[in-house]
Amino acid sequence: MSLLEIKDLHATVGDREILKGISLTVNAGEVHAIMGPNGSGKSTLAQVLAGRELYTVTSGEVIYRGQDLLGLAPEDRARAGIFLAFQYPVEIPGVSNMYFLKAALNTIRKSQGLEELDAFDFLTLVRDKMTLMNMDQTLLNRPVNTGFSGGEKKRNEIFQMAVLEPKLAVLDETDSGLDIDALKLVAHGVNTLRSPERSMIVVTHYQRLLDYIVPDFVHVLAGGKIVKSGGKELALQLEKEGYAGLGIADDEEVAVV
Amino acid sequence: MSAVAEQTGQWLADFTRQEGVAPWMQELRISAFQRFAELGFPTTHDEEWRFTNVAPIARAQFVHATSVPLVTGVGVGPEPNLAEQYLGKLASFRDNAFVALNTAFLRDAVVIQVPRGAVVDKPIRIEYTTADGVHTAPRALIVVGADAHCTIVESYSGKGRYFTNAVTEIVVGDRAVVDHYKVQREDVSAFHVATLQAQLGRSTNFSTHSISLGGALVRNDVNVVLSEGTEATVNGLYIVNGTQHVDNHTSIDHAKPHGTSHELYKGILDDKSGAVFNGRIIVRKDAQKTDSKQTNKNLVLSDDAVIDTKPELQIHADDVRCTHGATIGQLDAESLFYLQSRGIGKQQARSLLTYAFAQDIIDRIQVPDLREQLEKFLFEKFHEHGK
Repeated sequence: MSLLEIKDLHATVGDREILKGISLTVNAGEVHAIMGPNGSGKSTLAQVLAGRELYTVTSGEVIYRGQDLLGLAPEDRARAGIFLAFQYPVEIPGVSNMYFLKAALNTIRKSQGLEELDAFDFLTLVRDKMTLMNMDQTLLNRPVNTGFSGGEKKRNEIFQMAVLEPKLAVLDETDSGLDIDALKLVAHGVNTLRSPERSMIVVTHYQRLLDYIVPDFVHVLAGGKIVKSGGKELALQLEKEGYAGLGIADDEEVAVV
Repeated sequence: MSAVAEQTGQWLADFTRQEGVAPWMQELRISAFQRFAELGFPTTHDEEWRFTNVAPIARAQFVHATSVPLVTGVGVGPEPNLAEQYLGKLASFRDNAFVALNTAFLRDAVVIQVPRGAVVDKPIRIEYTTADGVHTAPRALIVVGADAHCTIVESYSGKGRYFTNAVTEIVVGDRAVVDHYKVQREDVSAFHVATLQAQLGRSTNFSTHSISLGGALVRNDVNVVLSEGTEATVNGLYIVNGTQHVDNHTSIDHAKPHGTSHELYKGILDDKSGAVFNGRIIVRKDAQKTDSKQTNKNLVLSDDAVIDTKPELQIHADDVRCTHGATIGQLDAESLFYLQSRGIGKQQARSLLTYAFAQDIIDRIQVPDLREQLEKFLFEKFHEHGK
């Protein structure tokens, strides 16, 4: 049985349809890259999977581990093992990174019938993960993402992923705004987390990230639909020929191919 | 006049029934009561009271009772003439009926003197508790000598329906450092009106924090007058729900040059509660190089809560920096989603963000037990709210 099955998914924001029939199957352990120009609906797909209320699913279905995903609240999706690494991680002044992550981990653990971790065990757990992401421990005591640089925010997302150990991670343009060193670091973190039990959907505009996180499958999204799917070589083709090579305009309002 | 007479009749009876005091105090009482009788209770036609209707206080029948606070942390007693020297001279009752009423009932004012140069490590605490059905007129005078350091914590609580009408006067000598807190945790059926009047000397560092949590109808006036080079922090936090109403009026008077004031008031409103923030900043003609910043932020958790916020800048000097800003908002949808996407339940996420909103005011509280008490209050309040 596949981990995730998206069938003919349509979604709108306001009265504008953004996803116009997406179908995608992800099996355990697979890494799928979703590429596409701006406005193609990549980020919308990522947010819809995580349960953002801003978007309304008008038709289609998403089956996650045999269960209807769309009926679940965002927190229940997270507890079921879905993780979204945000394109723009939110700054939350007044809530420390440590308090936030501990609360998150413990609610997820509790829902899985595991014991909650106390402050000591939690610290022991996160220490290794921080080293993995080359993050300074002082970041734990700072408010969530507040005053973090762009790179620190993205690293913090992958660090959270490492701590929460999801079954399905959706990475929404995790490469955007990163210089090459930060990109390598983030990719290294992600690669460390690859496992036969963990699947990933990597949303990106550029092929560059896929040099470091090598996907099993590449899908090209345009105008709210997947217009082409293939192996990792599809990303290289895109790199060479651009979206135009596939007959796709790379701008905000994309014509449906 | 008949309406005023009707309002003041009951107070007059209580006023005349009072035991005698020293002649100077008796005189002060009489002129204060006369002024109160002339003014009567303010109405919403009065600009200063536009959004706060005190009719429930004017109509209520309370028996006057002497306020007997618990005072701790004070060393030697004050100089004998200190009370006579200052009482009634700082907090003016000319325009404020409640200050007039308080002064008319002057009796056992708390008079505290911190000697010149003294460094008082432990907070000076004044704790007022009021009983059901009574009216009290707590009065405190705190005179801090030059170069002294101290922390003052005033707290108000009680049980039942009553009326606390408090006045606190603080005189801060040159270069002194004073950290003042007022924690209002009155019964939710009580009325609370209070004026803080602070006169700050040259190069003093003064901060005041007004934490307003209880009361059915609450009005806080904080009036601060700065001298040359004074640094003043005027912070406030108000948290109301049910049908509570809290009105914060502040006045920061830059009378002399090179003064700095930072003002941050934050409010959390739920249910059908109401809040008012009116922040007056005066920069006098002489007060060049004034640096003043005012911020009022409100978090509204329900559709029925009402907030009126108004900056009131009176700037008569030309080489100054004054900024002000007010926000009224709800919990941020993106932040909520972010927390939820990490497995944190929606209600817990709401509580967490509400708590976080107040955090920066709490963080600035330098008295550990007070900070812990407030953290606990907030946590319980919003945890409950979360359910």
